Amino acid sequence: MSAMTDDAAGIEPAAGFIPKEASIARREMLRQLARSKTFLIGCVLVGFWVFWAIASTWLIPHDPLEQTDAILQSPSFAHWFGTDQFGRDIFSRVLAGAASTLRVAPLATLLGVTAGTMVGLVTGYFGGIVDETISRIVDAVLALPLIVIAVVALTALGSSDVTLIVVIGLIFTPPVARTVRATVLGERQLDYVQAAQLRGERAPYIMLSEILPNISGPIVVEATVRLGYAIFAVAGLTFLGFGVQPPSPDWSLQIAENYTLLSAGTYWWTVLFAGLAIATLVIGVNLVSDGLQQVVDQ
Amino acid sequence: MSGRWSTQRPDAPQTGAQIYRFLLKRLGYALITLFILSVLVFASASLLPGDIGRNILGGLASERDVAIFNHNAGVDRPIVVQYLDWISGFVRGDLGTSLQYNVPVSSLLGPAFINSLKLAAVAFVLVVPLSILGGLVAGLRRGSLTDRAITITGISFTAIPEFVTAIVLILVLGLWLGWLPVSATAPEGSNVATQIEYLLLPSFALVLILFGYIARITRASVIESVDADYTRTAYLKGLTSRQVVGGHVLRNSLLPTIAVVATQVGYLIGGLLVIEKLFNYNGIGLRIYTAAQNKDYTMLQSGVLLVGVVYLVATLVADVLYSVLNPRIRYGSAE
Repeated sequence: MSAMTDDAAGIEPAAGFIPKEASIARREMLRQLARSKTFLIGCVLVGFWVFWAIASTWLIPHDPLEQTDAILQSPSFAHWFGTDQFGRDIFSRVLAGAASTLRVAPLATLLGVTAGTMVGLVTGYFGGIVDETISRIVDAVLALPLIVIAVVALTALGSSDVTLIVVIGLIFTPPVARTVRATVLGERQLDYVQAAQLRGERAPYIMLSEILPNISGPIVVEATVRLGYAIFAVAGLTFLGFGVQPPSPDWSLQIAENYTLLSAGTYWWTVLFAGLAIATLVIGVNLVSDGLQQVVDQ
Repeated sequence: MSGRWSTQRPDAPQTGAQIYRFLLKRLGYALITLFILSVLVFASASLLPGDIGRNILGGLASERDVAIFNHNAGVDRPIVVQYLDWISGFVRGDLGTSLQYNVPVSSLLGPAFINSLKLAAVAFVLVVPLSILGGLVAGLRRGSLTDRAITITGISFTAIPEFVTAIVLILVLGLWLGWLPVSATAPEGSNVATQIEYLLLPSFALVLILFGYIARITRASVIESVDADYTRTAYLKGLTSRQVVGGHVLRNSLLPTIAVVATQVGYLIGGLLVIEKLFNYNGIGLRIYTAAQNKDYTMLQSGVLLVGVVYLVATLVADVLYSVLNPRIRYGSAE
């Protein structure tokens, strides 16, 4: 009798504590993030470009597509970053250019992380022949540099932002799946999973409602790392002509359109500002992901 | 624990068989991977919307010409036959005929491959010592300003797309300071020194991409071996810092670095695609790019598979080096 009441007494408060502990842990994590200089500087840089991606339509001084006779003018009071070979205002084009990168790269990341998480959960949870087969295919895909696979796929499917999102998302699926799978393998042996199995819960429920919340930290870190790679890949592929098409005010496209003029040596403003924009955005994303990683790893 | 840092070769009869088995298994994996890769590459290049002859000849060509082109190129045969034909040729060194130029693919990819090797070699010769030195300094002065500077600069440049850094390098070193030629291709008949000089600018862009990652791994393993027992023992034996760093820390840190350097070959080729396009340098990256642009599928397939082969060979070489250099990594214990 007394043993039973002891058990009950032991379970009761523990059950009441779980959400509290979780929220304490979350608050502690946020507190650490707020103290992390890396994370904060990253947020400022990314936030800056997110702001312009949304607000540039209303706030930029010139229409980024408007062509004028004032071609290839160096930076001046009227055109802070100068004008390009079509007389378009580069300051406006650089600010407006945030939109295309910040549309394509995050969507590709979202697709890759979602699909990769699903595959990783299934392969990690069930294991066996499915696991082995997928691992082999993953190795084969990872045997090529991302950009080479993407070039082959985009040649097959045609170039547009939608195909770019799908192709990068699909290429990201295997590596994300690999990370998630490794994490699931660690979780599968833990008591709460076995308890759920003994309760007779079905596999999809266990994977999505029990395991997934417990591995959300590593998945979020993986997503930010992937976002950095996605921006890198989208920039490279757009530069090669496989992404957003002219006359969009895209940063990589601006560099691709103007770099051949550099041999003259005097038109540096046509490429430099777009390059700095890409650089600040990727560095921002990488700082955010480094900051997150440090906090999650603790 | 004692002797972990020893770089003595394992005594051959006992461990030779293990290394052999390990390498055989790796070779098997590499071959399976190559097979899957070849199917994927072939499938994505072949199962495309649109007619290959139509794509190459353009919209104005007659139906008959398109049909004749397709027949001559062999793309009207069953897909499995086409695959077997292509892959058996590839194994024998026959990469097919370029649809666009109507010459053997190997006659175009061969010289391009050599050019890419030259560029990659210059980049590697620069980046490997540089990043190992960077990682060593950062690791030995962990937490210092130097460490933070090396680590943060390294990570930042790894994240920035290579064409962006290349553009800045062209502007600063090529155009403003005039120190380096902005074209990657040296004039016909130039000597080796001149050729290298022309390759410096594109190499620098690749170096900046690779530096951060290699330095980061070296730094991590330097920190690990600085904290290890054998290093403390070495200091307690009365060795100087120079002896400890050179003989113990560096030796142990080089192993993970070798593995990483090999995996970077893949990234390097990816980088070549963009850099060669930017500098209009006739390497394998530019060939793959133009083949993709012109829908020259035979060239595209073989070029991409060649890249896969190079990458897998690099990985295998890393495995060999790793197991020969490091007696404590045995396949059995690593599993």
